[in-house]
Amino acid sequence: MTSNAADRLAAEAARIGEEVAGPAADEVDRKARFPSEAMEALRSAQLLSVLVPTDLGGDGVSVGEVAEAVNLLARHCGSTAMVYAMHQMQVACLVRHGRTEVLRDYQRAIVDRQLLLASATTELGVGGDIRSSVCAVERRGGRFTLEKKAPVISYGESADGVLATARRSPDSPPSDQVLVLCTAPGLALEATSGWDTFGFRGTCSLGFSLKAEGDERQVLDDPFADIASRTMLPVSHILWSSVWLGLATAAVDRARRYVRTEARKNPGVTSPAAVRLSELMTVYQQMEALVHGAAATYDEVYDDLEILSGMGFAIALNGLKVSTSTLVVDIVGTALTICGIAGYREDSPYSMGRLLRDAYGAAVMVNNDRIIANNAQMLMVHKED
Amino acid sequence: MEAEIRGILSEHARLPVDMGDLDNEADLYQAGMTSHASVSVMLALEDAFDIEFPESMLRKSTFESVSAISGALSSLVGAPAE
Repeated sequence: MTSNAADRLAAEAARIGEEVAGPAADEVDRKARFPSEAMEALRSAQLLSVLVPTDLGGDGVSVGEVAEAVNLLARHCGSTAMVYAMHQMQVACLVRHGRTEVLRDYQRAIVDRQLLLASATTELGVGGDIRSSVCAVERRGGRFTLEKKAPVISYGESADGVLATARRSPDSPPSDQVLVLCTAPGLALEATSGWDTFGFRGTCSLGFSLKAEGDERQVLDDPFADIASRTMLPVSHILWSSVWLGLATAAVDRARRYVRTEARKNPGVTSPAAVRLSELMTVYQQMEALVHGAAATYDEVYDDLEILSGMGFAIALNGLKVSTSTLVVDIVGTALTICGIAGYREDSPYSMGRLLRDAYGAAVMVNNDRIIANNAQMLMVHKED
Repeated sequence: MEAEIRGILSEHARLPVDMGDLDNEADLYQAGMTSHASVSVMLALEDAFDIEFPESMLRKSTFESVSAISGALSSLVGAPAE
């Protein structure tokens, strides 16, 4: 059953990428607007709930299977793939850690109403460290309230719900965090900054002042530290890497078509561009192997909490993010060199402009320096078994 | 052993509360120990007790309380837990 669902997911993602997301991608990018037609198509095809377990009405597909769909979408529109990926990161957190009846009901609602979830993990005043919160959940009489100043909530204006980190209580230290599902009607977002950026312009990652209230069972039971290490960080790194792999695939594909077209004009001659393409493929293969390997490993150890909580796993997943975010820039850059002026033009079928701008977001939107510093810290005590 | 563990936690765990206010079962993460600080604690424990934590012990739960740390150390230095 799951494999049928996975086949349908891949087929629909490829179709929506090609027929809906791709044709709108340039306009989404130019106007920095939400890719609403692609997201509507994903909703109609019931692809927002594929991770929800079958007993709650979803398809119960694996993270690796979602990663493939993300990759297929990213070949046509990086912003659409990014929004879809970030939504699935939130759903993955609910699937593993949302055990209260209220949170299980919400997963059913994701299936029935194809709800879109966003994330509010960063906060003004913590310097980008998602493992530290200023705001706190306040509970009274079975209800909670939360107020958070979020410098970024990607596609916040289009989301039906937001998963936000906060201190467990007003008395808790900054690192003792929980994850809270904030939903309408108890959710109010007021935009505090815009989103006019180099790439991933369609993610509309505005800053917001968030105010939420609701049933206290919307607070996930597990400490955020466990949610982060077992689900949010691995799934994020795998799905982000899959977005970047999709961008790299599109760039390689354009370079390949360019080289072929040129070869037809000069049969029998191996051009410098053809040699570069051959070199580019070896780098692309490295990236592909890293992403597929990590996705397959996560699916394999999904239920092994010992491995998921271990330092070796965290270091490997951080390494995946740093490697793939760097490789994607190299790959798109080389593809641009291969296509030359045809790639440099914005009005050519070989244009690399949007791909290159999106590719640079990979290392910046989630800063590699912080991830490398985290790994440096863990490597002080980590040993290879 | 517990006194020494508490001394190391006071110095390296960077807790916003006094170690004296926490009992042996108290959750150090809820008390404010960050994952960065826990790495400093691990290194200090390895130095003080002249041991190395194997990879299988390098997880959050090993360092979540004075008792948990004491249990982990005991299994490494071969002495019974106090």
